[in-house]
Amino acid sequence: MKRYSVFAIAREAFRDHTGWERAWRNPTPKAQYDAIIVGAGGHGLATAYYLGKNFGITNVAIIEKGWLGGGNTGRNTTIIRSNYLQDPSAAIYEKARSLYETLSQDLNYNVMFSPRGLLMLAQTHHEVRGYLRTVHANNLQGVATEWIEPNRVKELVPIINIDGPRYPVLGALFQARGGTARHDAVAWGYARACSAMGMDVIQQCEVKGVRSENGQVTGVETTKGFIGCKKLGIVVAGHSGQVADMAGFRLPVEAVALQALVSEPIKPCMDVVVMANTVHGYMSQSDKGEMVIGGGTDGFNNFTQRGSFHHIEETLRALVETFPMISRLKMLRQWGGIVDMTGDRSPIISKTPLGNCFINCGWGTGGFKAIPGSGWAMAELMAKGEPGALAADFNMWRFREGQFIDESVAAGVAH
Amino acid sequence: MLILECPYCGVKAEETELSPGYEAHLKRFGPGSSDDDFEAYMFARKNPKGVHFERWRHSYGCGKWFLAARCTATLEVFGTYPAQSSEPPADLVAKIKAKRPDWKGFK
Repeated sequence: MKRYSVFAIAREAFRDHTGWERAWRNPTPKAQYDAIIVGAGGHGLATAYYLGKNFGITNVAIIEKGWLGGGNTGRNTTIIRSNYLQDPSAAIYEKARSLYETLSQDLNYNVMFSPRGLLMLAQTHHEVRGYLRTVHANNLQGVATEWIEPNRVKELVPIINIDGPRYPVLGALFQARGGTARHDAVAWGYARACSAMGMDVIQQCEVKGVRSENGQVTGVETTKGFIGCKKLGIVVAGHSGQVADMAGFRLPVEAVALQALVSEPIKPCMDVVVMANTVHGYMSQSDKGEMVIGGGTDGFNNFTQRGSFHHIEETLRALVETFPMISRLKMLRQWGGIVDMTGDRSPIISKTPLGNCFINCGWGTGGFKAIPGSGWAMAELMAKGEPGALAADFNMWRFREGQFIDESVAAGVAH
Repeated sequence: MLILECPYCGVKAEETELSPGYEAHLKRFGPGSSDDDFEAYMFARKNPKGVHFERWRHSYGCGKWFLAARCTATLEVFGTYPAQSSEPPADLVAKIKAKRPDWKGFK
């Protein structure tokens, strides 16, 4: 891999940019790998990357039925934060956020991490109490967040209306180190780094079956034939239940659609991320000037990557009250992704009933922010066969034991 | 726009009139059941990519719960039936089988 640098740009400038190489190879699958990761989204690629970087396991294939980063990695609203209430969540999301800070240097690929600050608005007294509690919890967890009053919110977000008739802004939970990153670049950067370590990123290759003997996976049947492996990692987000079904076990997940939309580009007007959980809308401004808007999930099982229109209407109705200036903004694009929701709205990073098969799923509506931490924890689990400190609490048997990591109660919404 | 016909009042209700209630025909387990059964009742859902049976409530209409057969991969609606049904009616099952020959059936 040729490194990207200012010298590379200068060198290429003198030879009409003929020397840039492909960012990653497009290999045909080998017969056997030490480890196969199903799913070349952010989480799958990060898992492979840290398998190589932290544990020296590089005989790895990452198999993807579509194109890499074409699922939820390319469909989210790119928000990065770690202001969670429960200790296991705060630990893994903070690990991810801290890895994002140096990810561009680490991968030699600009992921455009922008720690611009993130506000979660409190618009009811219940929320005020909840966020004060979260601030205290975050202080104990070592996650830097603070409670700010409405006048400070107005300073940070001049376009906000803090005296809304239905939902006035009563304050906010502020994480100054939260922000956004370029979602596609995260997938591309990891893919390029994995490919440089000799790993095979195999796109347009759908897994059709999981072959196992005596409780151990021996490989996967794919549209490009059988591929053998010593370890299997399933990291497929919305289709986790379907791949787990091929492997012969059931997951406590349900797939629903989550939508997002962007407006026409406008001049810079908001340099922080604002989330409003009571009305369930969130908004930030992209580098292109589009307002990037997300809301809540649809209420029924869905695999179509299309959502219901009235959810968009509800999200925008709420945001127009909070940001009156967007009322005449035209929305350019709207899309949906399929998210896998668990009962406690926390992810699963776990061993499975098959000895050498591991699963990373259930990130629901908030997976993008967790990509580096999730990959870090999943790589440790796959390399050692046992979860490390980050992953231990996220095992799939917590539902049986009643040891929930209950972020749905903590936030009032899935997030 | 998802449109379901309420089997009680006959109204073809669109989604904003309805509230979703997720998987239908769950067998309930309570105190005294095994851990496996209780966990499955609480958390394990079929979550199929294809034919699915769901609970819906006509919340801004007659207010009653009913059941619907729907395809989660195409959003096609096969039909609705009253909530007082322990399994889908035979004619609905036959209709789904005709449309989805690969469907493995309700059980």
